[in-house]
Amino acid sequence: MDMKQLMLGNAAVARGLYEAGCSVISSYPGTPSTEITEEAAKYSEIYCEWAPNEKVAMEVAFGACLGGKRAFCAMKHVGLNVAADPLYTMSYTGVNAGLVIGVADDAGMHSSQNEQDSRHHAIASKVPMLEPSDSAESLAFAKLAYELSEEFDTPVLLKMCTRVAHSQSIVETAERVVPEDKPYEKNIAKYVMMPGNAKRRHPVVEERTRKLTEWAETAPVNRVEMGGTKLGIVTASTSYQYVKEVFGDSVSVLKLGMTNPLPVNLIRDFAAKVEKLVVVEELDPIIENHCKALGLAVSGKDVLPMIDEFSQNLVAGALGAEVHSGRSLDVAIPPRPPVMCAGCPHRGLFYTLSKNKCTVLGDIGCYTLGAVAPLAAMEMTLCMGGSVSAIHGFNKARGAESEGKTVAVIGDSTFMHSGMTGLANIAYNQTNSTVIIVDNSITGMTGHQQNPTTGFNLRGEPAGKIDLEALCKAMGFRRVRVVDPYDLKACDAAVKEELAAAEPSVIISRRPCALLKNVKHKAPLAVDSDKCRGCKACMKIGCPAISIKNGKACVDATQCVGCGVCEQLCGFGAFGTTAKEG
Amino acid sequence: METKNIMIVGVGGQGSLLASKLLGRLLLQQGYDVKVSEVHGMSQRGGSVVTYVRYGDSVASPVIDKGEADYIVSFELLEAARWLPYLKPDGQIVTSTQQIDPMPVIIGAAEYPADLVEKMRATGAKVDAMDCLALANEAGSSKAVNLVLMGRLSHYFDLPDEAWQEAMAAVVPPKFLELNKKAFALGKNA
Repeated sequence: MDMKQLMLGNAAVARGLYEAGCSVISSYPGTPSTEITEEAAKYSEIYCEWAPNEKVAMEVAFGACLGGKRAFCAMKHVGLNVAADPLYTMSYTGVNAGLVIGVADDAGMHSSQNEQDSRHHAIASKVPMLEPSDSAESLAFAKLAYELSEEFDTPVLLKMCTRVAHSQSIVETAERVVPEDKPYEKNIAKYVMMPGNAKRRHPVVEERTRKLTEWAETAPVNRVEMGGTKLGIVTASTSYQYVKEVFGDSVSVLKLGMTNPLPVNLIRDFAAKVEKLVVVEELDPIIENHCKALGLAVSGKDVLPMIDEFSQNLVAGALGAEVHSGRSLDVAIPPRPPVMCAGCPHRGLFYTLSKNKCTVLGDIGCYTLGAVAPLAAMEMTLCMGGSVSAIHGFNKARGAESEGKTVAVIGDSTFMHSGMTGLANIAYNQTNSTVIIVDNSITGMTGHQQNPTTGFNLRGEPAGKIDLEALCKAMGFRRVRVVDPYDLKACDAAVKEELAAAEPSVIISRRPCALLKNVKHKAPLAVDSDKCRGCKACMKIGCPAISIKNGKACVDATQCVGCGVCEQLCGFGAFGTTAKEG
Repeated sequence: METKNIMIVGVGGQGSLLASKLLGRLLLQQGYDVKVSEVHGMSQRGGSVVTYVRYGDSVASPVIDKGEADYIVSFELLEAARWLPYLKPDGQIVTSTQQIDPMPVIIGAAEYPADLVEKMRATGAKVDAMDCLALANEAGSSKAVNLVLMGRLSHYFDLPDEAWQEAMAAVVPPKFLELNKKAFALGKNA
């Protein structure tokens, strides 16, 4: 391997974990955090797994650190909500071997349902947080995180954001150094967090924060770059890069690599050296409020937005520097929102739900695109697993009429993540709810990760496989049926019958993701323009491969995978295969 | 050297990640500081996607902003037009003339604008437009549009052909190398 190379931020974290001697990783995929674990799995020395959810992943990592090996878990920002329970109490127990938690925020919501700021979790759980601003720092901070974890007896949060996680920049690599395993010693007072013990641990946490604050005052990761006294900017993460892009060395910068706990004297001294103090941070005013609590006159969210990600032009405009402007085209450019792929198995199901005018409570995954026109067949998406719990409440509130037309739709991976517990609630507290598990045999949106229902582990080796039908039956569901979403008639019958049934049911809509490499496609379809009447029945499914050209339907052969769903909608037999006979 | 900016734009799934990998490798070998910023996740599902490639003596921001791109390389015509505001006053567009209808056009809620190459030129933009899909098919695969575009882009760079060949060999799987080299050459000589 070249010593100096271009590396994705997430791959650099993985490299840092490798070099630090991390031995156990358990994660749940989530953009923009997924590649950390995928890249780490390329190092055979590290045991890596996909856990069913982030809480499980964090607890696995905790167990491994307790067992004496350096451990790690990764998740996206909303995943940290799921894992908040162990996090807040791991802060009290501390660690044995080092424990690092990777969390990736998504300012701008490139692929997320909200843009919460993970720094709040660091503050609330009293766990230190490091924030790299490029790949070189991602690698270095991953290693530093283990040193801090073991020196201060604490888990450490390593916070990424989309622009650090998914940008490549130059890193220099080093050899892997594995520290000796820490012996495991029984220590009930430290590791059993019942009230009496927790009361004695809380002061330890407060003292640790005091010591970490002291460390932060002189830590090399919090550095001052003086460049005149007119303007001083306090910044961190990718915002630092935008500040440097706009101002270069012409202003003074306090670059914070550790954003919890924040230094006090370092910031006061920096503020005293400059005429005007500005905090440049994405999302919430956390550094800014810290400065205000110190009694400093500071500017920040009065000129910079709380919403969306930053860029160099945005920072330049807010701070009175030159903004680059571009030309504009005097033409309306239609938007290009993401859509279900051609051949996506979810399409047939959502067409059926739309046709039957079902109320669809949805979940997190590729199938959330079922809410997009023309299908527009999803009316709620909240969080992982939310559909299965919410349908029960919805039906309790609205009664039998609702039970006859409402469905919950959840993917296989999301069901394993946190849909199962909602299903247990339906079985236990009894609504006549209909839950549809869209099983495409993979975790799709995050780029094809295995999960407990696929029969393979993270490295693609055979693994345990949970039988969804058996699981639902064991919970007490008598009506569990499997349907092929490419078969519109079967889909329609399943939805109608299960909604009409006098007891709760589970429909498993099963067909592998069309993008999976092992899925064999049929030849593309073509339209016989003599037979096509231009009725646009085939346009109701929102397939990106079908368009209307000169009044007739037209199939884009480069996209079509021959799924045949459009063919079933055509009343004139206009669709035919392009496959050669024989 | 002042930082130079290349944007690669297109429709999710068209293969822009290989193009940015190629450029990253090429520019790193030339001794530049390089940053490449990509998009993963939902927009890869047929949405509008953009990759930023920046190089120079020292690169700070990982993204390119309005009015900053020296080159916009586009897999699809509408996407070239969408990102036009990001072009520098004297910037160069290299685009395939392929048109992929976005969903609002497919369902009849919007129209695909006509004569986009002419309209972009009317703003003073330098536009190099060609049917890269046809050339990719000529090379042997519709998936090789990315290398046709890279071949075309290489026109505007003062770099020896060997440098591009080395970068291709480094990032393209051996199985597809010959096909991709052919696509590169077709784009370069078109």
